[in-house]
Amino acid sequence: MSRILEIRDVEVTFEVGPLMRRRSILGVAGVSFDLHSGETFAIVGESGSGKTTLACAINGLQGISAGSIRFDEHRIDTLGARSMKPLRRRMSMMFQDPVGSLSPRMKVGNLIAEPFRIHGIVDKNPSVEVPRLLSLVGLTPEFADRYPHQLSGGQARRVGVARAIALDPDLIIADEPTAGLDVSVQGEVLNLLNDLRERLGLAMIIITHNLHVVHHVADRMAVMYLGRFVEVGDTDEIFRAPRHPYTAALLSANPEPDPDKARDRIALPAEVPSLLARPAGCEFHSRCPWVAARCMSEVPEFVQSETRKVACHTPLEPGARPPELEVTQ
Amino acid sequence: MTVLSIKDLNVTFSTEGGRLHALKDVSFDVPERRIVGVVGESGCGKSTLINAILGLLADNGRVDAGSITFEGEDLTRLGPARMQELRGQRISTVFQDPMGALNPVLSVGRQMRNIQYRSGRSRSEKDARSEAMLRQVRIPDAQAALARYPHEFSGGMRQRVAIAMALMMRPALLIADEPTTALDATLEVATIELLRELQQDIACSVLFISHHLGVIAELCDDVVVMYAGEVVERGTTRQVFHTPRHPYARRLLECDPARQSGRTRHLPTIPGEIPDLRQRPPGCVFATRCDQRVDACDKVPPDVAVETGHVARCVLAEAR
Amino acid sequence: MFAAVSDLRSNERTRTMMRVLREPLGAFGIALVLLMVGGAVFADLLTSHDPSRISPRDRFQAPSLDHLLGTDHLGRDLFSRVLHGGRIALSVALFATATSLAIGVVLGLIAGYGPRWLDAVMLLLFDSIKSFPTVMLALALVTLFGPSLTAVVIVVVLVNVPGYARIIRTQTLALKGSEFVTAAQSMGAGTARILRHHIMPNVISPLLILASMDIPVVIAIEAGMSFLGLGVRPPTPSWGSILNDGFTAIRDTPWIAIAGGLPIILTTLGFTFLGETMRDLFDPRLKRRT
Repeated sequence: MSRILEIRDVEVTFEVGPLMRRRSILGVAGVSFDLHSGETFAIVGESGSGKTTLACAINGLQGISAGSIRFDEHRIDTLGARSMKPLRRRMSMMFQDPVGSLSPRMKVGNLIAEPFRIHGIVDKNPSVEVPRLLSLVGLTPEFADRYPHQLSGGQARRVGVARAIALDPDLIIADEPTAGLDVSVQGEVLNLLNDLRERLGLAMIIITHNLHVVHHVADRMAVMYLGRFVEVGDTDEIFRAPRHPYTAALLSANPEPDPDKARDRIALPAEVPSLLARPAGCEFHSRCPWVAARCMSEVPEFVQSETRKVACHTPLEPGARPPELEVTQ
Repeated sequence: MTVLSIKDLNVTFSTEGGRLHALKDVSFDVPERRIVGVVGESGCGKSTLINAILGLLADNGRVDAGSITFEGEDLTRLGPARMQELRGQRISTVFQDPMGALNPVLSVGRQMRNIQYRSGRSRSEKDARSEAMLRQVRIPDAQAALARYPHEFSGGMRQRVAIAMALMMRPALLIADEPTTALDATLEVATIELLRELQQDIACSVLFISHHLGVIAELCDDVVVMYAGEVVERGTTRQVFHTPRHPYARRLLECDPARQSGRTRHLPTIPGEIPDLRQRPPGCVFATRCDQRVDACDKVPPDVAVETGHVARCVLAEAR
Repeated sequence: MFAAVSDLRSNERTRTMMRVLREPLGAFGIALVLLMVGGAVFADLLTSHDPSRISPRDRFQAPSLDHLLGTDHLGRDLFSRVLHGGRIALSVALFATATSLAIGVVLGLIAGYGPRWLDAVMLLLFDSIKSFPTVMLALALVTLFGPSLTAVVIVVVLVNVPGYARIIRTQTLALKGSEFVTAAQSMGAGTARILRHHIMPNVISPLLILASMDIPVVIAIEAGMSFLGLGVRPPTPSWGSILNDGFTAIRDTPWIAIAGGLPIILTTLGFTFLGETMRDLFDPRLKRRT
């Protein structure tokens, strides 16, 4: 497996507030990871965790203020739009809103052919490529004549996938690929992404807040909180035994469709802190049920084992329960 | 005692392509002090159902047949004035986007006072009640919160304010339309727990609409499964989730990735699309996507009572 | 925001036309517009009189079978002058409106999509132009260019462009951050491509409806300037100059003023009815603007 993406200490800064009292906040605060071809990596976090910002930074839509991004050994964070363009052919991004990410006045056929036009690819004939791509994502050629508003959410998502794979990319970044889709259609889209990944051997980054989705598609996952990774590792292992308290809380907060299932919740007190007022020490300490004195002053380093990285002073043992047991129901 | 009883409700919309049959023979009850969940995917008629109950159908829609009985009154026959009286007082609503229900230019305290305009209490009594209500939905520093404006609250807090306002007048029925969909998982479960607690405290009934099976399973006493404008199955949550009798309900449950205990690379799906509601199939509405289809499915399927309170609109439910 | 206008798609265009025709006011508007356009286009077939031929013998003749609308103080056939004047009025209106649209759309896209400082500069420019009274503008331009159709067109363009550009700018601004634009950027699409293929098709429809409602205003400007002698030069016929010719002799020969005024009224009514029907059908929200 060759390394396709190398992210090192990436930071993204935003300027907020009125002109005079402008302050900068860290949307992404030092993230590092590697991605190999054929691998699916999931980035999980709640709203405001910086996961979409990170995706946009990798794709070059968002400038970074520190760190480096290497795509197939090219340093891409310093490239201008012109030198970035040939590399864009090899990575594509899918956006959250299945219908909203398709230009409303363009027919599906033109939408799918657009990547070819943008990159001036003339040796591929759209009248051949469009039906081929449509059938790859399980749509009939007739769909080429439809407008986005005439598609269901699932169909629009498939068109988005067709467009993403049009130029045979090496990397696909999918931001909430199942957002806005019905349960019965979610599976179709995830299966499609899994199939394509196997068939085309591409690497994939999936950004989502939906943990159930992650479990079924990702090889490795990272949990993000306030712009930082707090836990990174093998998906199966993390689901079996989360080591960071936040991961454990997220996993326990996942409602399951079984009325008799015992619910053993780890309740998180308080709300996510503002990026303008990051807590000192471990940034999760304000909500952590296991908080200790040390957490409030000392920033935890990544504790690294062979397959897992956890940013916590006292990583959880399997099956750990919060000190004062807050079991609901 | 039932608070809300819907009988054979049919709603159609006139569209350019013909009459669209949005709800067909919908019947179910919301008993006193119970939380009834309505599950279904897009196009199943959830929103039409809510609008029909609230008397807020679009101009091109009408109730063709059936009744919606709320505390003894048929809502389909009420005038707009009486309907308005009921809304917000006896029936209240919480929506997916709380900002839609909150007035951005009025403070929360002012809005909560306005809801109590009929109560005849003094201003300070009203404010005290508002504060108590905010405390009940666990808004920190409730007194100060009254002076704040909706945009000063975070998304989760905003939804709690909306819930507090909806329950202010102690309605008999709360209609909650996907109230947790826009929230993150940790907030979602907290909101569900809060709703359950408040419902028991106020002793109201709740009609809870969601596409999230996990949330329904956790919160609701009864479930109504809708597909293409029909109630295909209804019963207690246990009956429907443990022994679903309609093929759609069964397969919908299978599709939920959370149901797959082990890790799988191939998730189950329901191939096909919802039929065009302007040209409903003559027989079972799910027949085109059903993997257990038989000849009898070409005829209108009966509502089969498989157990007390457990009804499925499927010919196969009978045979078992 | 223009879900309704977006129905205006090629395969639905016939249906759109049918909807306009079904409204009585819309049908009446279309009929009037067709009448005026037909008259202008087929002027040579409808009359054999030369609109500029002076014939002192036939001065101030009342309407008759030969001269359907009578003749003016130089004995010129008014019917022929009205038809030919329609050519001027309509072609100036179409040309000036089309030019304003083209310039307004381009400037609006640049202001809306470009950097913020450029937007600020352009807004200032639009507002400065808009703050000039039309009459002042016309007088100033005529002093520069002399009375001519060019002056008329420039006045119209200057009057229309700021408003059009502002509408396009606002909508471009709204679409700038939308997901489909970001998606196009992520594929490597350049600014020109994004503006041309992704933004323009989505912002132009409401403007087309507004512009069609502006056509009567343009006709009035042309007639007004010609009436004042700032527009077309004699002997070229224009509704405004006919009106002026009739104006001096309105007591004795009212048909001249009627011949000049009636087409202005009818055309204005026609385009207004048509525009309003289209607006009501496709975008009721635009109502507030007028």
